[in-house]
Amino acid sequence: MTKMAGKQIIVEALKKEGVEVIFGYPGGAIIDIYDALAKDGSIKHVLVRHEQGAAHAADGYARATGRVGVCLVTSGPGATNAVTGIATANMDSIPIVVLTGQVPTALIGNDAFQEVDIVGITRPCTKHNYLVKNVKDLPRILKEAFYVAKSGRPGPVLVDIPKDVQNAVTDFNYPETITLRSYDPVKEPHIKQIEKACRQMEESKKPVLYVGGGVISSGAHEELRALAEEINCPVTTTLMGISGFPGTHPQNLGMLGMHGTYCANMAMANTDLIIAIGARFDDRVTGKIEAFAPHAKIIHVDVDPTSIQKNVRVDIPIVGDCKLTLAKMLKCLKDNGSKPEAWQAKHQAWWEQLRAWEKRHPLTYKKDPNIIKPQYVIERLYEMTKGRAIITTEVGQNQMWTAQFYKFDQPRTFLTSGGLGTMGYGLPAAIGAQMAFPDKLVIDMAGDGSIQMNIQELATAMQEKLPIKIVILNNQFLGMVRQWQELFYEKRYVATDFEFTPDFIKIAEAYGAKGIRATNPDDVDKVLKEGLEYPGLAIMEFVIAREEGVFPMIPAGKAHTEMLLV
Amino acid sequence: MRHTLSILLENSPGALSRVAGLFSGRGFNIESLCVASTLDSTLSHMTLVTIGDDAIIDQIIKQLNRLVDVYKVTDVSQDEFVEREMALIKVNAAESETRSEVLRICEIFRCKIVDVTAKTYTLEVTGPESKLKAVIDLLLPIGIKELVRTGTIAMQREQKNT
Repeated sequence: MTKMAGKQIIVEALKKEGVEVIFGYPGGAIIDIYDALAKDGSIKHVLVRHEQGAAHAADGYARATGRVGVCLVTSGPGATNAVTGIATANMDSIPIVVLTGQVPTALIGNDAFQEVDIVGITRPCTKHNYLVKNVKDLPRILKEAFYVAKSGRPGPVLVDIPKDVQNAVTDFNYPETITLRSYDPVKEPHIKQIEKACRQMEESKKPVLYVGGGVISSGAHEELRALAEEINCPVTTTLMGISGFPGTHPQNLGMLGMHGTYCANMAMANTDLIIAIGARFDDRVTGKIEAFAPHAKIIHVDVDPTSIQKNVRVDIPIVGDCKLTLAKMLKCLKDNGSKPEAWQAKHQAWWEQLRAWEKRHPLTYKKDPNIIKPQYVIERLYEMTKGRAIITTEVGQNQMWTAQFYKFDQPRTFLTSGGLGTMGYGLPAAIGAQMAFPDKLVIDMAGDGSIQMNIQELATAMQEKLPIKIVILNNQFLGMVRQWQELFYEKRYVATDFEFTPDFIKIAEAYGAKGIRATNPDDVDKVLKEGLEYPGLAIMEFVIAREEGVFPMIPAGKAHTEMLLV
Repeated sequence: MRHTLSILLENSPGALSRVAGLFSGRGFNIESLCVASTLDSTLSHMTLVTIGDDAIIDQIIKQLNRLVDVYKVTDVSQDEFVEREMALIKVNAAESETRSEVLRICEIFRCKIVDVTAKTYTLEVTGPESKLKAVIDLLLPIGIKELVRTGTIAMQREQKNT
């Protein structure tokens, strides 16, 4: 057994966990770990420009790869700056490990320089967190941190490491495996529940598969597709579920909920069986809870028992991994003599109804030859990039239009802050994704408001020579809030009209990137083409119709049948 | 409905705060909370009394189980159980009539006098919450100077036929 200092133990542990890249920002309380990282030299470090960016980049890396993202920040403000990123990962169940420096143990509690109780601050927004008080505990805690982050319902884990612990020496022995008596997530679904669920599917005439982010985090997209096709069942995804089922699949009804498609929401209002897979019946999905899916029985599959029966009453709860559960459901149905023709016949009337809804109110917008419509930009971008892009988004209208008008066929290609709704997520997340996939096309879909929330990360992307493409849909408004003010506050546009907006082209140029702008619909293709073909980072700015809204829209607290349409 | 939860959790710094934070963060009630070590020094035992309908209690138990530090949660009030709470009550008793009344109450409820002065008695009372309430209600008109309660601890009764 070799003697090692805490800082070296951290580097060795990261290597044992297969970490290739970390995102961070140095400071006095973490400088020793940086020194050890540099001496070792085998882990790539990406220097962000603000610690929030580090947490989002680690999160984007995790979403794009399915592996644990790692970020490294100093004590005090370094740690508090990362909190928004940690909370974002927590709400969307994304596995990241955040290592924070801390003042020496002897100073903890003394209000030392750059001291903050980050373990206390992040307790409600991490899956778990640790303060390492003794270097002997460090290898075990690091092993646990990675295990807890990626197992069960994934989430962020923070490890706070005081400066003296980083330098204290101990025997290094990294555990190969770990079992925790107090933490043992259920993976295997209960077979009796699977059988009950299958009987229910066989009885249902109007089923809907309602699919969330759990399908992506458990890697269940193939099993989902197999089941949906076997039983000829329509599929609707949540925002987080997008890319979990192919966007171009004929059985995909699109997203549901507040800005979901007419067809998906009507399907929810009329279905007799909801098969919920890795989704959590969030308020943006259910709308008015008393009016939610009034005729439906509900099967709910989730790896996290707390998600089940939290917001709606569930008839058949199934705690288990989505991938395993879907595979077992399919097997159970086949063992029971499932015949494709029988399912086709049973659901024929339902599909006729669904197609009629699709036809009555397809996803659409009013076209205009004189002004750029944001939906048009996204449609054109989709036509030009089909299936080969990883798209990140900021939050607001840009996010919803992307969710509606871009079709994602491959899992882990749509990275968005769904639960927390963090503006400023898209650019750093794109950095994380591009670090993981240097050769893929990575695009950040942004608004003029949200891009400014972490615009400093342009420097990070330039330093790493990342060829990220940024699409800015510029309406000089904080668009989504403006839309609410238009619809529900008698057009009082309070604090949403950006009376000053910087010149994004000059910003691009100041960072040494390419900046191009389109102000006319005829220029959209040209600008997209030029931007996408540019070998480095490019900002493509589209000056769009200022008061374009996102529709359909279910006003907050209303029922699925109370949609506002285009 | 009032539920008494028995929680075994890792005896680690922050574990108590995780439980307390869960209740405040999610808007659950804590009626009383009692924590101490167990025979296994690596585990703490917590008795927590809360109020909520079945769906809320179900959610509370699931949320508690989700905490990495929580080893086991039992709703002891689901079955036959014993619960006890202790209170120390300092009562104003200066006149002889009051003094004998306090002693009478003390005897009826099998309380112990743990401290005496010329003007006060301090009673130690142990029992289920209902008994404490009864004693306090009787002593209130006489004049309670100070009251300290431990919060409830509880244990499931052993199955009789095994």
